Amino acid sequence: MNHAADLPIWATLLIALFLLIGAGLTLVGSFGLYHLRSFYDRIHAPTLGTSWGTAGIAIASVIYFSVVESQLVLHQLLIGVFVMATTPVTLILLSRAALYRDRTENNRDVPPLHPLRNLPQASELEQDSMATHKNAGEEQK
Amino acid sequence: MNRLFPYPLLIILLIITWLMLAGFSVGQFLLGTLTAIIATWGLAALHPAKPRLRRWDLLPRLFAIVFYDIVRSNIAVAGIILHGGRKVGKSGFMTIPLDLRDPMGLAILAIIITGTPGTAWIDYNSARNILILHVFDLVDETAWLNLIKNRYEYLLQEIFE
Repeated sequence: MNHAADLPIWATLLIALFLLIGAGLTLVGSFGLYHLRSFYDRIHAPTLGTSWGTAGIAIASVIYFSVVESQLVLHQLLIGVFVMATTPVTLILLSRAALYRDRTENNRDVPPLHPLRNLPQASELEQDSMATHKNAGEEQK
Repeated sequence: MNRLFPYPLLIILLIITWLMLAGFSVGQFLLGTLTAIIATWGLAALHPAKPRLRRWDLLPRLFAIVFYDIVRSNIAVAGIILHGGRKVGKSGFMTIPLDLRDPMGLAILAIIITGTPGTAWIDYNSARNILILHVFDLVDETAWLNLIKNRYEYLLQEIFE
């Protein structure tokens, strides 16, 4: 950090700007994770940290080390690439587990396994079976 | 391509990654090249389905669009969270029938949708090709449908299919 005082003013401002953007977005994302009510809403908040939260801090680091070492230092950008490419794995795993549990509990708020509105045959079939149920009920009476 | 270099593009990407991490020098270049070639032999032994890129020229456009959308949705989602008193019931699920079937294209679509704050990939039914999304700010459902179908899926179909 002894180089920090020697940095030109434009570099200091740029680094501070990107650091604040990155750290600020990560903070907002963490606050959202705590504050939001349903699981599916909470899933969105940390993506602030994995997208521009990571990118902002990585870009600030690239600028700082490139100026201090007087050559282009880019390996921090790889962090962003790896985070972007691996986040979907855990996120889809979590959301599918939550969806499976909600479907098992017959939660009405989640979409059913077979969305009926895309499948006209399926809805007709269900109406048919409901009609036969109705008939059966009337016969019993 | 051939037995010695089964994935030439992957070898190049691995060498670039190696040089970014270890520093640019002739020694590191040779070491990185050797590692990359041996690593691609390992991948070839698994016999993965070979992805085919049909339209290289559209990739920069896709990256630019995604970059712009990620910046925009970061601001939007941060705004909603900071605003605090958002009304209940504004977020919700969306069911989208997809036309894209290429596994590579679907993987990229998953990364785009997950990486963009405000949309989350929840479930994908490969038999029916139906995608379930959760959208944080579901005010205009047709706008989101339009975004996924015409902005991302169309480009991915052009690139991979």
